[in-house]
Amino acid sequence: MREPPQLINRYKWYEILGIYAGIAVFLTFVLAPFVEGFLVSLKPLSQLFSSPYRFIPENGSFEAYYTMWDHVPGFARYIVNSFVISGAATVIVLILVVPAAYAFARFEFRGAGLLLGAFLAVNMFSGAVLLIPLFRLMRSLGVLNTYFAMIVPGVAFLIPSAIWLLRTYMMRIPRELDEAAFVDGASHFYTLRRVILPIAKPGIVVVAITTFIGAYAQQFIYALTFNSKTEYAPLPVGLFAYFGRQEVVWNELMAAAFVGIAPAMIVIFFLQRYLVSGLTAGAVKQ
Amino acid sequence: MSVQRNAIIFAWILLLPALLYVTAIVAYPLVDTFILSFTDASLKKTTNWVGWANYEKIFNETFAEVIIRTFVWTFFSVSIKMIIGTFGAAMLNAAVPGRALFRVLTMPPWIVPMAIGIFMWGWMYNGQFGMISGMLQRFGVVDGPIAFLAQGSTAFWATVITDVWIGVPMVTLYMLAAMQAIPQDLYEAAWTDGAGRFYRFRRITLPLLVPSMVTMSMLSLISTFNSFDIIWILTRGGPSGETTTMIIDTYKTAIGSNKYGEGAARAVLICIFLSIFCLCYFRVTSRLSGGDKR
Repeated sequence: MREPPQLINRYKWYEILGIYAGIAVFLTFVLAPFVEGFLVSLKPLSQLFSSPYRFIPENGSFEAYYTMWDHVPGFARYIVNSFVISGAATVIVLILVVPAAYAFARFEFRGAGLLLGAFLAVNMFSGAVLLIPLFRLMRSLGVLNTYFAMIVPGVAFLIPSAIWLLRTYMMRIPRELDEAAFVDGASHFYTLRRVILPIAKPGIVVVAITTFIGAYAQQFIYALTFNSKTEYAPLPVGLFAYFGRQEVVWNELMAAAFVGIAPAMIVIFFLQRYLVSGLTAGAVKQ
Repeated sequence: MSVQRNAIIFAWILLLPALLYVTAIVAYPLVDTFILSFTDASLKKTTNWVGWANYEKIFNETFAEVIIRTFVWTFFSVSIKMIIGTFGAAMLNAAVPGRALFRVLTMPPWIVPMAIGIFMWGWMYNGQFGMISGMLQRFGVVDGPIAFLAQGSTAFWATVITDVWIGVPMVTLYMLAAMQAIPQDLYEAAWTDGAGRFYRFRRITLPLLVPSMVTMSMLSLISTFNSFDIIWILTRGGPSGETTTMIIDTYKTAIGSNKYGEGAARAVLICIFLSIFCLCYFRVTSRLSGGDKR
């Protein structure tokens, strides 16, 4: 990024104060639930259910992080399930999207624009709109209450942004490269495999990460509707069962939530540079 | 000519797997929804053609109320998301120390499993012991505890705020990317002419952001209109239906009571509304970009 001239960016003291105050207000809204959730996980239950409300825990401890494994017996299983579902979804998305993105990035054929638009329009029908026929479809295939039923519908709604992202990335690869390979007598398939894929690897990695995170973050409605077996439930649905109880053990629920989001947090921490550019690619028309 | 033709065939072969997948999981169910909406499909073995009966039933019931509520809910959620997100982007766009860290800190609500963020809000809304009610009492804003999710009017706003919270990171990062794509020269030229920071923001940044704002509002309109997890986890559409949006109503009818036909009719209405939004969007963007076809 080009370094802007210094003078234009020199702020007066009250401007800096204003900006930091603005950022503080903004981040308070964004992060408050996490801070509160974390403090709740440290509080003993008796303190949690007492008035008046106290923000800072007294004699806080990490006890809930130990006891939850007994009280939420399927917890480890839920996390594994979440990973299985997201991992499988990511693999399927990549298999489908890498060739499709290449086709959109490189080939001019009639109806290309319309088809790309149709792929993007898929996102319009995410959520509950298609739930009824999908439910009947899964039932007639006899796959209700399997991983399959939780993986396959979700994949469709991860495809559009993956195609868009990877297409944007592949369009930046110089056309001369595939033309040179083609002139040397390489087939289209060989060019894709030996020329394009190695260069596009960083882009594919970004797409894989964002897809995995998307799959990990959004697995709820299909898992809730198409699976009723606790042992296959992903983390959100598994914890939802505890959330819905009459007497919620809040400190353990929050502890479980924090352990459950740890993988996502670690990914953010290490890959944030790629994520920001990945998630917002295509934001601006070039 | 044949080289050209080979290339086109190859492109279609590349596209075919994704195309077939989306056809099976999205296009076919879409058609099936439409067909089902004219039947009395349920758990029964037999399914009969009932014509427009499901649609008539919808409009005889309280569905008009549900439609209006959905629009109000969506309108407020999208507007607040856009305002907070653009504000956050403007703040994070400032060249102050620590901004890289602040940008990362905006992401968690988006990246954490949605349901888990919602659980946290569920506790914060708790009347007896929750944070928001507790804080309000401590600062003397209210006298007694407020159970936000137990009363219709507060539950409505509670679900809106949670939806805003989940949507804000995406809006913020998107608007930030849009702001950073504005050529620096414009600011420098204005600065040379003596334009102040606020003036530059108002006369350069905001006008150039309009296309991105329209696109982002549209994307967030679609996802908000389809929003299910938040309301289902927090209130399940209650209390007494006060947070029941079209999606929730469709789910309750179809999956809750196994009335697939009636549920499908509701889903078709949702699709019609979504299509209208998209048409409006294409109208507006083609006008904004002066007839450019993209």
